[in-house]
Amino acid sequence: MKHEGIRDLAKNRYIYLMTLPALLFSLIFSYLPLAGIAIAFQDFNPIKGVFGSEFIGFRNFEFFFRGQDWFIVTFNTVFLNILFIGFGTLLSITLAIMLSELGKSLFVRGMQSIMILPNFISWPIVGLFSVAFLTADTGTLDGLMKGLGISDAYMDSSIWPVILLLFSLWKGAGFGAIVYLAAIAGIDKGLYEAAKIDGASRLQCIFRITLPMLKSTIIMLFLLALGGIFSGTLDMIYSLVGDNSFLFPTTDTIDTYVFRTLRTQGSFGMSQAIALYQSIIGFILVLLSNQLVKKFDKDSSIF
Amino acid sequence: MRLSSLWSLSTLFYILTALFSLFCVYPFVLVLTSSLTDEVELIRNGYSLFPSNWSIAAYKAIFSTSTIPRAYLVTIFVTVVGTCISLIVTSMIAYALSGRKLYYRNHINFIFYFTMLFNGGLVSFYILVTRYLQLTDSIWVYIVPFVLNPWNMFLMRNFFNEIPDELYESSRLEGAGEWRILWQIVLPLSLPALATIGLFYALMYWNSWQPALLFINNDKLFSLQYIIMQIIRNIDIAQNIAVTSTAGSLINTQRPPAFTVRLATAMVTIGPIIFLYPFLQRYFVGGLKVGAIKG
Repeated sequence: MKHEGIRDLAKNRYIYLMTLPALLFSLIFSYLPLAGIAIAFQDFNPIKGVFGSEFIGFRNFEFFFRGQDWFIVTFNTVFLNILFIGFGTLLSITLAIMLSELGKSLFVRGMQSIMILPNFISWPIVGLFSVAFLTADTGTLDGLMKGLGISDAYMDSSIWPVILLLFSLWKGAGFGAIVYLAAIAGIDKGLYEAAKIDGASRLQCIFRITLPMLKSTIIMLFLLALGGIFSGTLDMIYSLVGDNSFLFPTTDTIDTYVFRTLRTQGSFGMSQAIALYQSIIGFILVLLSNQLVKKFDKDSSIF
Repeated sequence: MRLSSLWSLSTLFYILTALFSLFCVYPFVLVLTSSLTDEVELIRNGYSLFPSNWSIAAYKAIFSTSTIPRAYLVTIFVTVVGTCISLIVTSMIAYALSGRKLYYRNHINFIFYFTMLFNGGLVSFYILVTRYLQLTDSIWVYIVPFVLNPWNMFLMRNFFNEIPDELYESSRLEGAGEWRILWQIVLPLSLPALATIGLFYALMYWNSWQPALLFINNDKLFSLQYIIMQIIRNIDIAQNIAVTSTAGSLINTQRPPAFTVRLATAMVTIGPIIFLYPFLQRYFVGGLKVGAIKG
């Protein structure tokens, strides 16, 4: 066996040479930082570096888990992600089904293009947009906010899960719809024709054919998304909320917490401890969700 | 009876999808018209789709100071150079791992899979870049740490897998080396894949702001998105642009267009994306169909 491998290395040396830049990149930017996990157990001193700092056991973790912050940020991370995934999936499927029923006219394709566009706009820009909506007195949603009893959206954290959800739907739901639309396009047209001959109405076709045929795609994408509920909100929340501490009770997530601890307090040890907690739980979640996907549909798992 | 119910269902669907499209396009239009509003009116009457006093003062201000044009240059450099380097590195590794060329391909695959599942975290990354690679205040910090994205790599490998093996075999028999096969056969055959993945990379570079926030102190090297990030929080920066630009002009009684400068900056930042969008979106959608399901 070994023999064959070495012979392959020699025979295909030019192809192996092509893998070198990518492998080198991965070594430096993905594997070297793994050594930095040690920082979580250190009283890290930037001058002494990773190899010179003193080890202090689990003190960084104790500090984080003793307070209330860990519960708030964990809850917010999971709660917001579930909110985004749940409503996002629902809206994407609804849009995809409606679009597929409307055919492929120029108008429908135009609407599709408009729906995907927000996906390509960066979160900082969205953050700037949100200012135009939410600023007290001048924002376009100011009247609505006042009606809800909120005098300044940037001072009142209670409404923010809804605001974040709306922006997340604005940015992602149209893009998600296209994915489901592609799955709908793959459904055998014969099924619909047969149903029509049997006298099925259009709604019946949607509920008895389209949705059941989409089931595996829906469950699969849903499970894969669930694997990521411990991460992936920094870009959005930092752009929309920033360091506005009025809003932290409902918007502070693990990502933003780590980011802020690192920037403002420079406490490397504790930031790394939190990040490690996030990485480990996230890793377990990805493995679990992948296991579930595999159980459900062998071909759809990532690994 | 059936015809009318059919018609009404379609109408309902048209209305609902059109409403969602309006919801998607509304912020763009609002920010565009507001950026073209007279500053005083914006402050007095708020953001509006139909301002009564139009003004291009904000755009004049943006282009008469160096902050935004320079950030534009930085961002264009990062996007163009970054995308080229990324495409070269990604297509080399994706080509090597496609098909069943290499005995160790599964081992190498796993090396990249693992990086998608587990990482050393922001802190290690920060220390690596600042202390060990010394990339602080270098324009390369926008590019070097982001050259390869494993998702894009696997996406491109899946594209390459579609190319029939016979093609390679016959080129090899003709005596073509691996480099020539990649450059003269595989890549020209994979233009849609290159376009799709190139666009993913280009958008990533165009939209990046975190490197600037973490690693750049020199304001000559700020990227557009980072300027946006700053002016959301801090009106002073927009104020500076507005004041500097009007300093030389005779009408000093005019209010410097600070708020509209913010919006105009957003518009010039998304301008290229909107402008190129009609040409690019078919690739995005094509790439999506392959990429979204399988990752």
